[in-house]
Amino acid sequence: MENKWFTISVYSENNVGLLNRISGIFLKRHINIESLNVSKSEIEDVSKFTIVAHTTEKWVHNIVGQIEKQIEVIKAYYHTDDETIYQESALFKIASGLLFDERQIQNIIKDNNAQIVTVSRDFFVIAKSGRRNEIDEMHDQLKPYGIMQFVRSGRISVTKDEMKISAILKEF
Amino acid sequence: METVKEKKKSTDSKKTIKVSGAEALIHCLLAEGVETMYGYPGGAIMPVYDELYKFQDKLTHILTRHEQGATHAAQGYARVSGKVGVAIATSGPGATNLVTGLADAQIDSTPMVCITGQVTRQLLGTDAFQETDIIGISTPVTKWNYQITEASEIPEVMAKAFYIAKSGRPGPVLVDITKNAQIEAFDFSYEKCTAVRSYKPVSKPDTNAIQAAADLINSAKKPFIVWGQGVILGKAEEELKALVEKAGIPAAWTIMGASALDTAHPLNVGMVGMHGNYGPNLMTNECDLLIAIGMRFDDRVTGRLEDYAKQAKVIHFEIDPAEINKNVHADVAVLGNSKETLGLVLPLINENSHQAWHNGFKEKYKIEFDTIIKNDIHPTKDGLTMGEVIEEINLASNNKAVIVSDVGQHQMIACRYAKFSQSKSNITSGGLGTMGFALPAAIGAKMGAMDREVVAIIGDGGYQMTIQELGVIFQHKVPVKIVVLNNEHLGMVRQWQELFFERRYASTVMVNPDFVKIAEGYSIEAKRISERKDLKATIQEMMASKEPYFLEVKVEQEDNVFPMIPSGASVSEVRLK
Repeated sequence: MENKWFTISVYSENNVGLLNRISGIFLKRHINIESLNVSKSEIEDVSKFTIVAHTTEKWVHNIVGQIEKQIEVIKAYYHTDDETIYQESALFKIASGLLFDERQIQNIIKDNNAQIVTVSRDFFVIAKSGRRNEIDEMHDQLKPYGIMQFVRSGRISVTKDEMKISAILKEF
Repeated sequence: METVKEKKKSTDSKKTIKVSGAEALIHCLLAEGVETMYGYPGGAIMPVYDELYKFQDKLTHILTRHEQGATHAAQGYARVSGKVGVAIATSGPGATNLVTGLADAQIDSTPMVCITGQVTRQLLGTDAFQETDIIGISTPVTKWNYQITEASEIPEVMAKAFYIAKSGRPGPVLVDITKNAQIEAFDFSYEKCTAVRSYKPVSKPDTNAIQAAADLINSAKKPFIVWGQGVILGKAEEELKALVEKAGIPAAWTIMGASALDTAHPLNVGMVGMHGNYGPNLMTNECDLLIAIGMRFDDRVTGRLEDYAKQAKVIHFEIDPAEINKNVHADVAVLGNSKETLGLVLPLINENSHQAWHNGFKEKYKIEFDTIIKNDIHPTKDGLTMGEVIEEINLASNNKAVIVSDVGQHQMIACRYAKFSQSKSNITSGGLGTMGFALPAAIGAKMGAMDREVVAIIGDGGYQMTIQELGVIFQHKVPVKIVVLNNEHLGMVRQWQELFFERRYASTVMVNPDFVKIAEGYSIEAKRISERKDLKATIQEMMASKEPYFLEVKVEQEDNVFPMIPSGASVSEVRLK
């Protein structure tokens, strides 16, 4: 079975220690977590983990089974990239002088549909949301001018299909 | 029991009383019906021990000689009684010493609640004396764990702990309680937990799956049942027996499932797995329908998965959804409690007798008997065999004893040859393979079933891993029978070295102390035998004794356990020698 990208979505209670429990399931199987995001979900008091892993369908099935078994997990799913709408966010910190000295930077910002978040005397910050390859492209374009700091978030995603968590919650 | 009723009354009226966290913990334990617990005191759990002292007429605390012993004793207690076992320890090393028992209980689905003391809340994260992150450490080996930092959390968390430990697929729960939470006073009231949002312990049986399972069973020509501990945990022994008899299906067991059906039952064809019986292993790859009930297709059961029952349809009766299609694809998965699901399948099953198919098992048994079993239990050579010792115990106990085995050759021999006429009689460390399990587990088993004879079968290696628990047997006069089958080796590893490492016996030759003198040091009646002529009478004497009894049997040093499916081989490649 070949390795593929999977997005695992976990709906859970918001409790201390649950992240450790979930990451331990990957650790036990020697599978790397490529990105991880924890946030609130569409349901009040329910947290959502979005985890990306590069593995086989057999293992992702096994992992999701084990995650779902955890007491504080309401429901866990896995999806392929085709089944989800997903994005990442990135921040680029650039020296302020370049904004005026290098006209091309403004074009890069415009062409990539990025936004300037803040400008100060010493630096300005560009925010870019999109697919991983779009952020990588923009990174490649800015790199020659000097990037003071760069950070990219974990993937966030929503599924094309309905999740029905509210209905599941009623069953408990 | 009086206390439990009183407590229930006070729960009903929702009266609250002002108590310390430590006292509240005791009330929680009493309300959950705990009568016996195992543990070891220390600084961070002292307020709880102070309350245990005050409540000693209502709640028995057994001081084991090591915290690991407390967990295995709690496991033994849980496994024979079906109740939740309870172990308690202090922070730091006390807590870390519980880890092996937690892992064992997790993999063998044993309901257990472990309570640990923790440094006071203000000291968390300061590397205080005896501080350790037991929540972090125990996370992968617990069904659930929780750190209590305020006394007021105690009732709800303890109620949840017991509910989670025993419901669904049972397992161990650890509750870590900071010292301040043990001391603080609060208004206590107790309510048992009956549900947790986000936790669904048992699925409702799906009628389509039940019907599909029944159809497959009714149309099968060569059906074969392999059951596991799920039958015992689900209290489905009667349903299993009814299914086996009505449909005339040969049935085999994993070591965790042993004793759920009488070993003398004509359709009980023996044990599957690495050292299981010849027929059940071979026939796994000849059946047209494999009916797995409450078992999880462990690698020691399946051998090489690519060649496991590929010709057969598979029905998997299972409580844990994560086990479905984990190792073996199920054509029909029946989720739910085994008693309920088997009960629903039964009326849909046609009466049948697969006589010719069953005869195949009998033929394979004859081959195994002539090449292996005969020599194991009725040997003609001079040296004593482990098998004949087990056979004498069967005879002396009338197949009624609880057999608690450790890990290794003696365990496989005990599981192969012990005869069981009642459920919950085979207590062993199946999944984790924890050497040192048997002695403390036997103590717990005896306390969990005082009316039953409990015989611990232990190797000379594993015995020395928890030998200090003789202190508990001595102090509390726990009338367990301890049989050490001494072959002066770590026998199973030695067997592998003989077969797969050209007899290079690296660190498997044991230089043992005088076990009889050690037992006598604890005032336990002790004997050593090395000749066949003394075997029957000594075992009869041991079984007749009302006291603790230690028996060392010097057995052949280089006997091997067969049949054997070598690691990574297929069940079809089971070796008779």
